[in-house]
Amino acid sequence: MTADLDDTDRAILRALIEDGSLSAKALGAAVGLSQPAAWRRMKRLEEAGVITGRHAVLDAETLGFGVTVFLGVKLGTKGRVSLVEFERAVIAIPEVQVVQHVLGVYDYRLKVVARDLGDFERILRRRIMTLPGVGEIESNVLLSKEPLTPAALLGGAPRS
Amino acid sequence: MQTDPTDRHILRLLQADASKPMAQIAAATGTSPGACWRRVERLTAAGVIRGHRISIDMRALGFDVQVFLRITLDKTAANAFDTFIAEAQRIPNVQSIETLLGRVDIRMDVVARDLAHYQEVYTTRILALPHIADVEALMLVSELKNSEALAI
Repeated sequence: MTADLDDTDRAILRALIEDGSLSAKALGAAVGLSQPAAWRRMKRLEEAGVITGRHAVLDAETLGFGVTVFLGVKLGTKGRVSLVEFERAVIAIPEVQVVQHVLGVYDYRLKVVARDLGDFERILRRRIMTLPGVGEIESNVLLSKEPLTPAALLGGAPRS
Repeated sequence: MQTDPTDRHILRLLQADASKPMAQIAAATGTSPGACWRRVERLTAAGVIRGHRISIDMRALGFDVQVFLRITLDKTAANAFDTFIAEAQRIPNVQSIETLLGRVDIRMDVVARDLAHYQEVYTTRILALPHIADVEALMLVSELKNSEALAI
């Protein structure tokens, strides 16, 4: 399912990763295309499943969300039923932003964004520790996130 | 700033999908398009809406392997964090670096085209990073949810 991208597509993706609010006109100017051509390329990247969405970025601090915690979760009783039940229930928790099924010392990786530590404790105790099948949980609190340019991977050359 | 329930409803819709036309957001939140637009303007001016981002499927770009590394650093070395992070930032396959408080010090998301490519990145670039005391890897099997949406 790998999309076939050329250098212009990659330039478009780099520009959009840097600034997702770029209009087709601004995007075209950035990569040397006309507005309709930039728009068509953007649509094609959406249809190919490369661009999966466009979202408003909200300021967590202004809205009162100050704590991010990464959780490693091991399931206690393994079995198909508990897996499905656990997944369905964990996805529904609004403070849980990320749910990833992983291989390694944990079964699932979660990212929780809460208002403060008290709020996190409430979510952990009432929502997460009560999930069906949940076993051992490890919490790591986010201190800082390094500014990175994920677009560096999309250099002109297809090899990274 | 103070937000009312209508503001928060608009914010919830925009963080889920900002490509919807304003008229649709207005209809869904029971506001007129003009009033909805003014609210969005006000929320943007107040810095509540910081901008827009696109989400990308790394697999569609040919990066089939995603590994989350949990790294413990040798804290006896002076400036272990700073030197480690500065070096790690140069690896293009590293998609995020986060400093944590807990059992591990750093977590990094690493993407690669396939397992052989990951192996190459891991041995030649990651393990060459300074001050690593221990590395644990979690390999992504499936992603069930990944949003940056706040629970407003």
